[in-house]
Formats: sequence, structure tokens, C-alpha cells
Amino acid sequence: MTAVSFLDGGLDGGRTLPGEGLAWLKARRDAGAERFDALGLPTPKLESWKYTRLRPLDDTHYTPIGDDADATEIANLPSVGDVAARVVFVNGKLRTDLSDLASLPAGVRFGPLEDILADDPAWAEAHLGAVADDTDQAMLALNDAMMDSGFVLHVAKGVALTKPLEVVYVGGLTDQAVAYFPRNLIVIEPNAQATLVKHHVGRGVGAYFANAATEIDVADGAIFKHYKVQAENMQATHVATEHTRIGRDATYECFNLAIGGLLSRTEARITLAGEGAHCGYHGAYMMRGKEHCDNTSFIDMAVPHTTCKQVFKGVLDDEARAVFQGKILVARDAQKADGRMLNKTLLLSDNAEIDTKPELEIYADDVQCAHGATTGQLDQTALFYLRSRGIPEPQARNMLVQSFLGDALQEISDETVREVLMDRVVHWLPAHCYLAGEWKESA
Amino acid sequence: MSATAETVEQVHSISGEKYKYGFVTDIAADKAPKGLSEDIVRFISAKKGEPEWLLDWRLKAYRRWLEMPEPQWSKVQFPPIDYQQYHYYSAPKSDDDRPKSLDEVDPELLATYEKLGIPIKEQEVLAGVAVDYVFDSVSVATTFKKKLEEVGVIFCPISEALERCPDLVRKYLGTVVPVADNKHACLNSAVFTDGSFVYIPPGVRCPMELSTYFRINEMNTGQFERTLIVADKGSYVSYLEGCTAPMRDENQLHAAVVELVALDDAEIKYSTVQNWYPGDEDGKGGIYNFVTKRGACRGKNSKISWTQVETGSAITWKYPSCILQGDNSVGEFYSIAITNNAQQADTGTKMIHLGKNTTSRIISKGISAGKSDQTYRGLVKISPKAEGARNYTQCDSLLIGDKCGAHTVPYIESKNKNAIVEHEATTSTISEVQLFYLRQRGIPEEAAVALVVNGFCREVMQQLPMEFAVEAQKLVGISLEGSVG
Amino acid sequence: MLEIKDLHAAVDGKEILKGVNLTVNPGEVHAIMGPNGSGKSTLSYVLAGRDGYEVTGGRIIYEGEDLTDLDPEERAAKGIFLAFQYPVEIPGVPNSTFLNEAVNAVRRYRGEDELDKIQFVKMLRAKTKELNMSDEMLKRAVNVGFSGGEKKRNEVLQMAVLEPKLAILDETDSGLDIDALKIVSEGVNALRSPERSTLVITHYQRLLDYIVPDKVHVLAQGRIQKTGGKELALELEEKGYADFVGEEAA
Repeated sequence: MTAVSFLDGGLDGGRTLPGEGLAWLKARRDAGAERFDALGLPTPKLESWKYTRLRPLDDTHYTPIGDDADATEIANLPSVGDVAARVVFVNGKLRTDLSDLASLPAGVRFGPLEDILADDPAWAEAHLGAVADDTDQAMLALNDAMMDSGFVLHVAKGVALTKPLEVVYVGGLTDQAVAYFPRNLIVIEPNAQATLVKHHVGRGVGAYFANAATEIDVADGAIFKHYKVQAENMQATHVATEHTRIGRDATYECFNLAIGGLLSRTEARITLAGEGAHCGYHGAYMMRGKEHCDNTSFIDMAVPHTTCKQVFKGVLDDEARAVFQGKILVARDAQKADGRMLNKTLLLSDNAEIDTKPELEIYADDVQCAHGATTGQLDQTALFYLRSRGIPEPQARNMLVQSFLGDALQEISDETVREVLMDRVVHWLPAHCYLAGEWKESA
Repeated sequence: MSATAETVEQVHSISGEKYKYGFVTDIAADKAPKGLSEDIVRFISAKKGEPEWLLDWRLKAYRRWLEMPEPQWSKVQFPPIDYQQYHYYSAPKSDDDRPKSLDEVDPELLATYEKLGIPIKEQEVLAGVAVDYVFDSVSVATTFKKKLEEVGVIFCPISEALERCPDLVRKYLGTVVPVADNKHACLNSAVFTDGSFVYIPPGVRCPMELSTYFRINEMNTGQFERTLIVADKGSYVSYLEGCTAPMRDENQLHAAVVELVALDDAEIKYSTVQNWYPGDEDGKGGIYNFVTKRGACRGKNSKISWTQVETGSAITWKYPSCILQGDNSVGEFYSIAITNNAQQADTGTKMIHLGKNTTSRIISKGISAGKSDQTYRGLVKISPKAEGARNYTQCDSLLIGDKCGAHTVPYIESKNKNAIVEHEATTSTISEVQLFYLRQRGIPEEAAVALVVNGFCREVMQQLPMEFAVEAQKLVGISLEGSVG
Repeated sequence: MLEIKDLHAAVDGKEILKGVNLTVNPGEVHAIMGPNGSGKSTLSYVLAGRDGYEVTGGRIIYEGEDLTDLDPEERAAKGIFLAFQYPVEIPGVPNSTFLNEAVNAVRRYRGEDELDKIQFVKMLRAKTKELNMSDEMLKRAVNVGFSGGEKKRNEVLQMAVLEPKLAILDETDSGLDIDALKIVSEGVNALRSPERSTLVITHYQRLLDYIVPDKVHVLAQGRIQKTGGKELALELEEKGYADFVGEEAA
């Protein structure tokens, strides 16, 4: 086995991983290690990694999280407010003291992966890898081999959750660089409904590498809303691989708000597997400094009568760089597909860069598909207009950025979540956040 | 009779023989032995009496070619090419004794042109087009030379240009498409046999549209023409290129290179109607059209405009591109690509913005029918110094039938905040209600399809010179034959 | 002119017309009125031969000939014209090119000489003038960016140019304000002649104030439920279709 230079102890660090003793899991881990070994870390030679190189992994040596529970004092965690339950991980370890799983509604399982592996290994075996069965993704293989944390959400048939569930990952509070490998498993059974909000919070200045994999099964007639706020710290490398399967007449709505991290990348593979399936896969990114953010998605409209819509908007300042690679595939005979994709980016600085590639691959004729992409700067006429009405330039710029991104956030159907995320957008804007309250009221 | 009505008639008239240009001219040819080696490269160079530097250039290209991998990134699929099965040099026997006028040209050759629908004399007189005929790589007749010479325009086979103005050729050859740009261009650099050379002196507006008809005739002949057009300061030229090839069961290779250079305030308009033999309904035979076309807007305020109508070839792999170096320079790409039966096309453009206030415009219309597969692949790149650069891209695909594919792969890379890039794309089909509407007004189904497709392509058609536009409209109908009903 | 006998037709396997009987003589104007979903548009599509509108029983006799197996373009060439409820947009194809194609296709079918460019333009100018329309509409792509009124006027222009024997106006009044309605009706009336029959399909009576029918039929639940003179339209306006719809929808 080749050395994995970025990881202390390589892929075989001798620590105890969740699910120890489960033969099927061991086999899965071994297969993952072997596959990662064969594939190696992704490089820009791979089309899906054309614009992103895992540079932080070149010169940083990460230590996988140990068995000791973390006890760091922590306060002011983000939340969307009134939630049904909440799981908090700090530096990759579950923190029961911060989590709240007391009042889970009937028919809902929600908690750390290791609990499910211990309590219901048969269920875990049946679902782990059921959606994410691709063999060409090195980062998924690495997660397969190393999964050491993560959560499970299982909503039983017909159960409709009214309040959202929340997961918080806190990183950056360690002296040495750490790595963790969350594996999340989401199963929404037929006609069930749930909303999940994931917060990735970077605290402090410690470097960390999170290589997450998430599998989402939205069964026939189910509705799943999935919101992610990625606000890692300036030393963080965040790589997420998501696989989603959407059943007949089911709806999957996802919004990725990316506002931090040295390097962050989400690669989603979504299959519209049943007729009448709908997918809304959206996001916004706001980057500054030397941050790099990559949103890569592949939406497979595999059967007739499916719809998907994608809106991604972003703002780049300083030397930040963003990548958007979206691909919609309409399979042969998947007639009546309706696929829309839009990516718009504002460059606020001379040194920012956007690389975008909205791609359509279509094998059925009776379809309506469209994509669009724009890059440019703030509308100078609008800026002048606002200034001529007495608004100072910095505020005017903020207003325009906010309205630009707000457009993408309109795709969030949950109003509470939309407001919380909009608030994050406003707080990202430079120096004039004191205006936020006023704007919100006038909006 | 309107163009579409004509199309329909044409469709009916060719239904018996299918590919109209699928005949073979029986002319004794002077060929190199099959295969490729350094000796063959030397043979070609010697045969053409080339200077030493060019032989060295070719040999360098050949050696690089041996090491280079085939481009893997496109969507087209074909078995590995056996480069040793082709002849790399083939010239009509009469080469040693070049005709001084058309009367001296082999009558069979003239008959060939006749069948191609380019009666030389008529074109000379009526259209005022100077045609540099390329017949299996070697130019055999160049007309209208005199008139062009009067204004100082050089328009001749590149082999002749090497004698007439070697310094000009040497100065620009390979400066837009470097020897080792890609495997196909590299092969061309090693073995190119002929092609056109155009030089427009400063301030001259070329008095007529220049045109070259390419044609691959000999069996198992690769065609590797090389075109170099230089528009000096303040000049203008419009260049037309048309292509047909006879029907063969084997796959023939066409790896051409076209280099355009526009200096300050110069403009080059390059139009292509490509109708190489596409192979039969099952994909047997047909041309592999692997072409590297690139223009450099070197000077300020220069402009290069590519217009292409691609209906032929078994496989098309081509990306006519613009490197916008000069401030305020303009690049344009207007494309119609039609694939039917088992054709594959991977085509598009690259617009590389380097200078300030450079603008580019891309209008691409792809029509896929039958079992064909078509990809638009484009790159718009804005460098940090391209202050105020502007790009607009519109890319539409139309699918006819449920066995074909249409793909859009645009790359946008922007490193300048003052640049504005806009890209729009749609994919759709001819709706049943559109066809019904037209048929209800009495228009038969195939004509209705041709009408809708021509409407879909209109923006690009309008960019073509008049004679070309008529030909292109006819081709739309012919190419889509059998795609409905 | 037109004789429909016990016509049954289905769309996607669902029977919509359930035995329609109708006879239209040359020069007559018949109105077919009915509630939404009664099969009015289906009848017009079946007459014009649209794919997917399957005749499952009965016959359509037009000038002594059974139409059932004819393609839409053949029916058009024989003089059947359908003014669409929603005229279709054909991007990039100028209106004049489209009309030229249509006229010559129909002439070819009938074994007549095609009109050359000059003859065609002359004829077209004359027609637009007759109908008080501007030439500008001829240069624009077929129905693209046309207002609702322009689209309907364009249908009338096409009708004038193609000179059909049987014109079917499918909900020509839908989406029109009263001024546009007047203009369109004037156009239609100008084309009335002893050789030309017209089938006016409409939901509302107001169109019939301008295009006065010889007969009015009520189509509901896939059948002609009642036939009368123009006064029947007024009666329907007052009472609605409740008497004909049964319990399905009032």
C-alpha cells in the first residue's frame, strides 16, 4: 500500500474506528482503501477536478481524530432556531453535552453513525453504500476506508417532520492539524417529509481536513429539504461527496451556502430515478482572501417526466477563486425532461477568478433544457443610481451584492431557513453589517 | 422557387444516389508509397523542392508526432487510426507540366468540378470568385491571379508561395498553430502537401471573395492541406472554403491546419461549408475531419470571424478559435452543425481574451438527427489583463428523433472583474404542434422540418456570403433526409 | 361540402367525440358552441388531421371524399384551413417565406404552376391591403413576438392567401379585446363567399355578433346536443351550458 503522506499513520493508523468487529464493514473499508490506493488523490487531469487541486494536502500533515472525547468549551453555535433535534460534532467527535436528541418524534432515527452501527448493524449494512456505489471517486473511497464519524437520519414511511433537524460540525480548535471522515446516511422512506440543516463552523485558526461523504435516499413520494451552511475557517480543507437518489414523485431540495474555508468542494451526484421526481439543487458562494470554492454536480435525469432546476450565484473578492461545474444528463428515452441550470458570478476584485462549466448531455429529443452562465462585475449603472440617491458607495455595493445573492436564496422554500441564511450573507458583507437590520426590514 | 422548395426537390432528386458527390475521378496519380516515416517526410519535401528550413521544420514535427498521444477529451469515438495505411502524397500526374490555362487542364478533372457544381468558367465570369482548386493536395489551377496581383494580393498554393515570398511564409507559418499544438496539427506540420496562402498588403480591401474547394479523390489518401492567411494592417479579406469528398467504404483522414493572422485594423472573414462524405447510414466509411483552425488578432482593432456550416464527415473534430491579443480586437464564431445517421461531431470554439476591450461573440446552432451524436465544446478565457473584455455566447441544440444526442460543454474562465461573460444555451426539439401548424398550411412534412431548421439556423445563415448561404440552405435539407417520418 | 357522420375520436386512448353528426353546405357559416372540455378543439384537430387524434368510428366526408386517411398537408391542399386557437411560433422563419412555401406547396399539389417571387409578393400585397394589414408583419418571424391580436390577424391573412373552401375557426375570439375582435371578424366576413363554408368554434356568443352564423350547434359531452338558428347562441349566453353538461360539470 502506498504511503498516504498527508495522513499520520496512513490509511492504517491502528486506531479504533466505529463498527469495529463488523465483517461487512471491514470488507468495505478494505475495498475503499484498495480503491483509493489505485486511484490516488484527484488531480486536475481528471475532468471533474479540472480546476481544483488539493494543494493543502501537499504540505500539511494531518492527524486523524483520536478516541478521546473532545472537551473544548464552546458557545454560540449557529442554529435556525426551533429544531426537532440536534447533533453536534467538535473536531470530528460527537459532543453529547451539546447535542439534543431528547424529543425525537416517533418514526425518526437521528444520531451518530457509531450508534446505528452498534444498535442496528443490519440496517446500516443494508443502507451504507446503497446510494453511493460509484467506484471512480477517490475521495469517496478514502471515506469508505476511514469513516470515523457522521450521523444517520432515518425517517419512517409517511412520517412528516414539521421542525427541521440540525447537525453542527465545529472544527479548527486543535493545535495540530487534524483530519476526520464523517459518513452521513440519510434515508427518507416513502411519503415521509423532513428538513435538515447542516452547519459547518470553523473556530480558531487550527488546520483541519474534513472528508465527508453523504448518501441520501429520498424514496417515492418523499420530500427532503437539505440545507448546508459551510463556514469553515481559513485553514480548513472541506471535501464533501454527496450521492442522492430521488424516487418516483419525490422532491429533493438542496441549498449550499459556502462562506468560508481555505479550500472547499462539494461534489454531488444526483439521480432522478423515478417518474415525477423533482430536484432543486442550488447554492451561493461568497469567498475572499485566498479561499477556493468548488461546486461540482452531476444530475442524472434517468427516467421520463423528471424536472430539475439549478441556481448557483457567487461573489468573489480579493484573490478568491470559485469553480462551478454542473452537468445535467438526460438519458436515452427519458422524455419530457425539464432541466434548467444557471450560474452567475460577480468578481469584486482584480485578482479573483471564476471557472464555470455548465454542461448538458442529452440523449432524448422531447425535452426542454437550458443553461446560462454569466460573469461580470457589479452593475455600474445601478451603483451610480444608488449613489445618486445619497447612499455611500460601500453600502451601495453591499446592497447590490445582497440583492444579487438574494435571488439565489429565493430558491429556499423554507422561510425560516431562508432568513437565517440571508442573515449570514449580510454578515459576510464588508464592514457595514450594522446596516443589516434596516435592510432586512425594508426588503 | 424558394430555397426550401428547392431543398425538397434536391432531396427527392438525390434519393437514388444518396451522396451526390460520391463519384471517383479516374486520373492517373503520382503517389508516395503507403505509410509514414521520416523518408516519406523527406520525399514530400523533396518532391516539392522545399528549402532546408522547412524540411527541418517538418522533421521536427514528425518526431514530436511520434511521441504525442491522441487527444482523448472529446466525445467522439473511433477505432485507433492506422497511420501506415494512408498515402501521404498524391498529385495528379500532370503536376510536372502545370496547365497554363484551364484549356490545358485534364478534361476529366474539369468534369469532376462540373459534378461538384463549380463550373470554373461560369464562376470566373459570374461570381467574380478567384478559386484556388485543391485536387488531392496540389493546386492545379488558379484563376483571377492577375486582378489580385494588381492590388498586391498574393493568393496561391502554399508551395508556390514558398518560391514567391519565402520570407513571409517563414515569418508566419506555425506561429498561430505551433507544430506540437495537438497530434493532428502535428501530423499536418510533418506531411502537409498543399493548401492556400493569402497575403493582403496594408490598406488593401481584397477586391473579391477568395475561395478554395478541397476535395479528396484518391483512395486511401489522407488530405493534409495547410492554409495561411495574413491580413496586413488595415486590410480586409473574405475567404470561402468548401469541401466535398467521394464515397468510400474506408475512413479517410483529413487533418488540415488553418492559420489566420490579422494585424492592426485588419479583418478576416473565413467561411466554410463542409460537406465531406459522412459515411453510410450505418456509419461505414466517411471522412475523419480532424482540423485545427485558429486565428490570431495580433493587432489592435483587428477582427477575425469564423462562419461554418458543418454537414459532412463521419467524425468532425474542430474548434475554429481566436486569440484576441490586440486591444479592441474582435473574434466571432458562427456555426451550424448538422449530424444525421451515425455521424459524430465535437465542435465549437475557443475565444482567448488577452488584450483590453476585446470582444467575442459565439452563436452555435447544432442539429442532431438519426443516431448521431453532437457536442458543442467551447472555451471563453479572460486573462487578468483583458480589461473590459466582453463575450456573448448563444448555443442552441435541436434534436430530431429519439436516438440521437446533443451535448453542450462550455468552459468559462474569467480572471478579470471588468470583463463580462454571458452564456446561454437551450436544447429542444421541433415540436409536434409546430409541424402540424406548417402541415395544416399545406407544407409537406420534410419541407416543414427543413423550414423550421432553417429558421433555427437563420442567425448564422445570415453571416454567410450570398452564394454560400443558398448552398448551405440546400445542404440543411439534404443532410436531414430521412430523419423524419 | 362537409358531412360528418357518427364521428368518434379518441386522444391517448380516451374517447372525446362520441358520435358527432354535422352537415355544412357550401356558403354556410355554422357555429359550434360548447363548454370547456366538450370536444370542440378535438373536432377541429380531427378535421385537420392532427397526429394523435384518432378516428375510432364514423366518417368525415369532404366534397364527396373520405378524409380519414389523408395527411394534414393533403387536407390543406384540398382546401381545409384551420385557424388555430393558439397560433404557433416558428422562430427564424419570416412570415412571407412561410406563406410562400405554403402557397406553392398547395399549388404543386393541385398541379398548378408555382408563383414566382414577383407574382407572390404582388398577391400578398393585395391581400394585406384588402385586410388593412401592414407589410411589416410579413417580415417578422411567424407569430414570434406577436400580440394576441396580431396572431389572430395573421391567421386571417393566411386564410386569405390560401383561399380555403372550408375554414375552421377554433376559438378565434379567445384572448382578444373588443377592438381586435372587430378587426378579425371583419377579415373573416370579407372572405365570406357562396363557395366557402365556415365552421366557427367558440365558447362565447360575442363573436357571433360579428360573424353571424346560419346555424348554431351545441357540442357537449362529445355530441351535438342541439341545433338551431343564431338565436340559439343568445339563449346559451343567457342560460349557460348547464342543460347539456349533466352532472359532470355545471
